[in-house]
Amino acid sequence: MREVIIIGSGPAGYTAGIYAARAGLNPLLIASSVEAGGELMKTTEVENYPGFPNGLQGPELMDSFRQQAERFGTEVLLDDVIEVDLTGTTKIVKTGGGKTFEAKTVILATGAAYRELGLPREKELSGYGISWCATCDGFFFREKTIAVVGGGDSAMEEATFLTRFASKVYLIHRRDSFKASKIMQERALANPKIEVIWNTEIAELLGEGKLTGVTTRNLVDGTEKQLDLDGLFIAIGNDPRVWLVENQLELTDEKFIKVDGRSSKTTLPGVFAAGDVIDPTYRQAITAAGSGCVAALDAEHYLSNLK
Amino acid sequence: MAAKHVTTDSFQADVLSSDKPVLVDFWAEWCGPCRMVSPILDEIAAEHGDKLTIVKVNVDEEPALAQKYGITSIPAMHVFQGGEVVKAIIGAKPKPALLADLDAFIN
Repeated sequence: MREVIIIGSGPAGYTAGIYAARAGLNPLLIASSVEAGGELMKTTEVENYPGFPNGLQGPELMDSFRQQAERFGTEVLLDDVIEVDLTGTTKIVKTGGGKTFEAKTVILATGAAYRELGLPREKELSGYGISWCATCDGFFFREKTIAVVGGGDSAMEEATFLTRFASKVYLIHRRDSFKASKIMQERALANPKIEVIWNTEIAELLGEGKLTGVTTRNLVDGTEKQLDLDGLFIAIGNDPRVWLVENQLELTDEKFIKVDGRSSKTTLPGVFAAGDVIDPTYRQAITAAGSGCVAALDAEHYLSNLK
Repeated sequence: MAAKHVTTDSFQADVLSSDKPVLVDFWAEWCGPCRMVSPILDEIAAEHGDKLTIVKVNVDEEPALAQKYGITSIPAMHVFQGGEVVKAIIGAKPKPALLADLDAFIN
């Protein structure tokens, strides 16, 4: 029987690992087999994480998080949790690799998964012109015309990054202003290769077997236009990854895991949640890390009361 | 054993003319998900190497091959049989999901 199992390996999961390990709880952190490190593994330069005045690469930051967690005894397992039973005093966690673990407490730090446009043939064209990862796929769009959909920091970062490869980047956003931070907006808007298409959504994906363009719809006057594209990068936000636990824990109206006030306590005793899976508002590496710390301290307190 | 790296020059012999089905893993150093899926492919090669050969194409070094097979997203794992692409898997997936995708070739 484990004291603590942490599910997730972004800033929240690894920080929970650091704190739980230092508390002598010998945590097991189940990191995922192919997505260990979480969302930051897909970013490039991270400039706003305190303590790194010159910035650093997202994957480099996550590697440091992992090393720090392991240094104090966090056991990191590259496997995927496929089923949990959190309702009893003993929590049961099963993995895709065929292992079953038991623990007194579980910290859920499963983060958020990218949101889809919800258009017909979106899945079919994924990898054939549609992408969710500029750092992975930008390379294939050298001297091509592409578009990024979205208005947040991710969309700004992707659009700016993609100008290294593409000859033209349209930035399509459904409102008349961006939600992104000022510095990211200014960088994107000042880039001569980027052209913003405001108040516009994507109505249709065009192309057979490979994306050749989209139909855009202006949300102010309803006019539709065809835009020829070689690639489309979707950055319209993320949805909390709750499918493992949604039938066992209470969720908020927005489908985040519900926690008690500023704590990480979910509606089940011994089950804590941290990071993007509880946060509809801030969703930063630093806030997720803080949240992971809170969860480890809450778990430690819960365990000490069991004795 | 690490998967063999194939090039434009060896593609015909290593992939297109192979008697066995060949999974070609299109990858690059800078692609995080490619690095995650690589050891999983090594495991599958070790377990099912008698039925399926697994090789790698570095898209930085072999852009012509990547272009020829329409790669716009990596990792892209194309299974070739009799010189034709018979299955395309896009994106890193956990081992059970990859085994399910490859079921027809390894069972």
